[in-house]
Amino acid sequence: MSEVALLWGIGIAGVSGVPGLFFGRYSFTGQCVTTALSVAGSVLGLTGVGLYWLAADGRPLVLPWGVLGADFSVAIDGLSAIFLLPVFLVSILGNIYGLGYWKQADHPENGRKLRLFYGVMTAGMALLVIAHNSILFLFGWESMALAAFFLVTTEDHKAEVREVGFIYLIATHVATLSLFALFALLYVISGSFDLVPLNENSMPDGISTAVLILALLGFGLKAGLMPLHVWLPGAHAMAPSHVSAIMSGVIIKMGIYGLARVLSLFPHPPLLWGGVVLGLGVVSGILGVVFAISQHDLKRLLAYHSIENIGIIAMGLGLALIGRSLNRVDWILLGLSGCLLHVWNHALFKSLLFLSAGSVIHAVHTREIDHLGGLARNMPRTALYFLIGAVAICGLPPLNGFISEYLIYVGLLGTLQESGGPSFTSAAFAAPALALIGALAVACFVKVFGAVFLGQARSARSAPAHEAPPSMLLPMAALSVCCFFIGLVPGFIAPLFEQAAAAWAPELRDALPPLSTLVPLGRIGVMAAALFAALFLGSLLLWARLRNTSVVRHVTWGCGYAAATPRMQYTSSSFAQILVGLFRWVLRPRIQKPAPLPLFPKATSFHSEVPDVVLNEVVLPAFHLNARVYAWFRIFQQGSIQAYLLYIFLTLLVLLFWR
Amino acid sequence: MDTLVHNSVHVVLALTLPPLLLGLIAKTKALFAGRKGPPLLQWYFDLIRLFQKGSVFSQTTTWVFRAGPVVGLVTAAMAILLIPMVNGIAPLSFTGDLIFLAYILGLGRFFTALAALDTGSSFEGMGAAREVTFACLAEPAFILGLMVLAKLSGSLKLATMLDGSLATHWSSSGASLVLVLLSWFIILLAENSRIPFDDPNTHLELTMIHEVMVLDHSGPALGMILYGAALKLFVFAALIVRLALPVNMGDPWLDWPLFIGGTLLVAMLVGVVESVMARLRLTHVPVLLIAACLLSAFGAILLVR
Repeated sequence: MSEVALLWGIGIAGVSGVPGLFFGRYSFTGQCVTTALSVAGSVLGLTGVGLYWLAADGRPLVLPWGVLGADFSVAIDGLSAIFLLPVFLVSILGNIYGLGYWKQADHPENGRKLRLFYGVMTAGMALLVIAHNSILFLFGWESMALAAFFLVTTEDHKAEVREVGFIYLIATHVATLSLFALFALLYVISGSFDLVPLNENSMPDGISTAVLILALLGFGLKAGLMPLHVWLPGAHAMAPSHVSAIMSGVIIKMGIYGLARVLSLFPHPPLLWGGVVLGLGVVSGILGVVFAISQHDLKRLLAYHSIENIGIIAMGLGLALIGRSLNRVDWILLGLSGCLLHVWNHALFKSLLFLSAGSVIHAVHTREIDHLGGLARNMPRTALYFLIGAVAICGLPPLNGFISEYLIYVGLLGTLQESGGPSFTSAAFAAPALALIGALAVACFVKVFGAVFLGQARSARSAPAHEAPPSMLLPMAALSVCCFFIGLVPGFIAPLFEQAAAAWAPELRDALPPLSTLVPLGRIGVMAAALFAALFLGSLLLWARLRNTSVVRHVTWGCGYAAATPRMQYTSSSFAQILVGLFRWVLRPRIQKPAPLPLFPKATSFHSEVPDVVLNEVVLPAFHLNARVYAWFRIFQQGSIQAYLLYIFLTLLVLLFWR
Repeated sequence: MDTLVHNSVHVVLALTLPPLLLGLIAKTKALFAGRKGPPLLQWYFDLIRLFQKGSVFSQTTTWVFRAGPVVGLVTAAMAILLIPMVNGIAPLSFTGDLIFLAYILGLGRFFTALAALDTGSSFEGMGAAREVTFACLAEPAFILGLMVLAKLSGSLKLATMLDGSLATHWSSSGASLVLVLLSWFIILLAENSRIPFDDPNTHLELTMIHEVMVLDHSGPALGMILYGAALKLFVFAALIVRLALPVNMGDPWLDWPLFIGGTLLVAMLVGVVESVMARLRLTHVPVLLIAACLLSAFGAILLVR
């Protein structure tokens, strides 16, 4: 039943953009029809997920389907259900947000294209999550990846958008290529395309290592793990904000889903695997947030935070893997629950942040943090939602981000009690790294929120800003409510994560304890509620004191200087300066300082930026070198599609007669 | 019954004792300088007076500016309830409360820094930037120290980690604990903006950290900030006392005075440090904090090797 509802939902969402194509370029009706269809499809999909959780019996649905060389076989289990929820939820909210943010009347040239591919992408993601064989998985994967390309390049009349679009396209194709190799290897091992647990005894060591490397490359590229993140900041920054929201909130999680799914097929992974994933997570987490701090572009900054959060998610997954190698069910449960709950949480608060950043950009038409300021006065609701997202992403109680980080902390510190020697307890040293990540995130979001929403407007641009329309505020409100909900009653959703862990490690299904025996989630919820109550009382106290004493409004104390202007405020770059200095060995900031001034100085300027080190100093030089070395190959690259079809035909012919 | 009495004493002490520590620091410094110094209870008088005064709010500020002091005070007060003072009992105690402690203090820092930025003053921006930056280095050191205690006690509850059994570990793993103690004392100085990190008495806004963040606060809001700062100092002092003197006499009439004496001793020690040291150059502050991280890290490595 739940599968049928899901498939209908996927179908409706997938074609939701088609009717819109038949309406005019300026037609609001067409926009509403598309949005309504897409929302209806996603709601149907959510119903399917809900039905699965209520009944908790996912029966695989197999339809014979010869087209792609394998059956059309779908199945929901605890793991896929966890990932389906953010897919549909963020899609619904993003669609509603788009009504006001990307009006067809304002964007006649690309509005219909955007909504068409928004639906295709939603359907692709849902399909890959429930796919039960690798062919269908790849089908969903490519639908998602290509639709995302068209979404990133929505404004393809801009050169910079085309540039990041190409980088994304190359990255996603490399990912797909390694996935082809990965699934081919799995086919060689198991003899079938079905995604079922493997028998490791029949597997040489070399093959399983190759599987890990290919999975890390293919899925890591999509997820944006640190050295593979090159496409991510640009693509997130250039896409329309509700597209950034779903890309950052959900698409990159498909990489995590794929990694978790493929790793779940190995009942006894080597201990090193968990260590590698955990280590990559730590690197990604720390460097992601460090790069975020040094950014001047609001959406680029949020994009780097996605890399950081993917790092935290990978840390949880790494811990679960270590637990599986050592048969420690408590580590599996804590690590995987932390990982998956952080997938949810990041989907919620990062979408919230991108949507509120979008409403800032909608109002002031710039992403430069240092041109903004004082927006909290003109856009109080947007400011409040951004603040909620900021507190949540920093992992601070009483919101949802704290819960998942807490689970990972408890799991990591739990490894200290293992008496097997230093190689087992070294996982615990990821805990201080997580603390560093958390503190750096606080620094970064104090900087962003302060520079964008507080103080005074730094340029004439942000002075006349206006609040966003209700259709944009409503999705933000919904996401905020979700953040509060998970923060206050984490125990309520715990069973869903126990199911997911059981689906991830089926051989330990019966040994898994309830999450409540490992961590007092109910107690944490009470603490969060108590914190709220205390904050309320404290505010009441201050309010009462202010009512009974005199309150005067005056200018900010300028330390004796009477003519301070808004341009003298501390900028976001100055705010980040000490931290950028501490991490300059990896950030490699480019700073243009004015030369020493002559006796009668003229106007001069200071400029600093932190470009992406991996992209600019590794990937691009390597590609340029490649282009030079393989210049002779261009004789085959004629640009005529007939020639390419001929190549394909010849290749097939050769393969046909290979043996 | 016993727990109830303990918890009541805990709460009453937590609410009343902290300003005395600040008074004691000032008195110690005065003694070193050969001055008479303000009375020990000066901070109580200050707080009472501030709560009765009127306030001046900058026209630039929003509600965030008023939320800063409230969140700062409430989070510090909640943090105190997580710290065991005697006998391994804390009013609020659960698995992983150490994480809650670290992050709830982070919440207070988040809003205090935002309130500073809300004024639009560049001086307060500087203070906020320094505060959050130095916290980035203090946080890992704190967690590394907690790792040592978690490994020794086999628990993730602060109350159990710092109970009487720690005394036996002092003889077996003293080296690790000494390193953590040093590291935490450095963090106490950094988190509470004491010399050598920050000089609470300086009169040059350019060089301050915490004090410059609260330049624009006045009246009851300033009172809340100062009281919150005192509570935060008490949190760290209590942690250090439990770490250094984890003894259980079994008799509350001995345990409580011992704990109170311990916190007063920590306050005097802070006063001594402030008297004999100069403030570090701002560029050298990260170096000392990284040293604190390394001290704790060595402590942890000694244990898990």
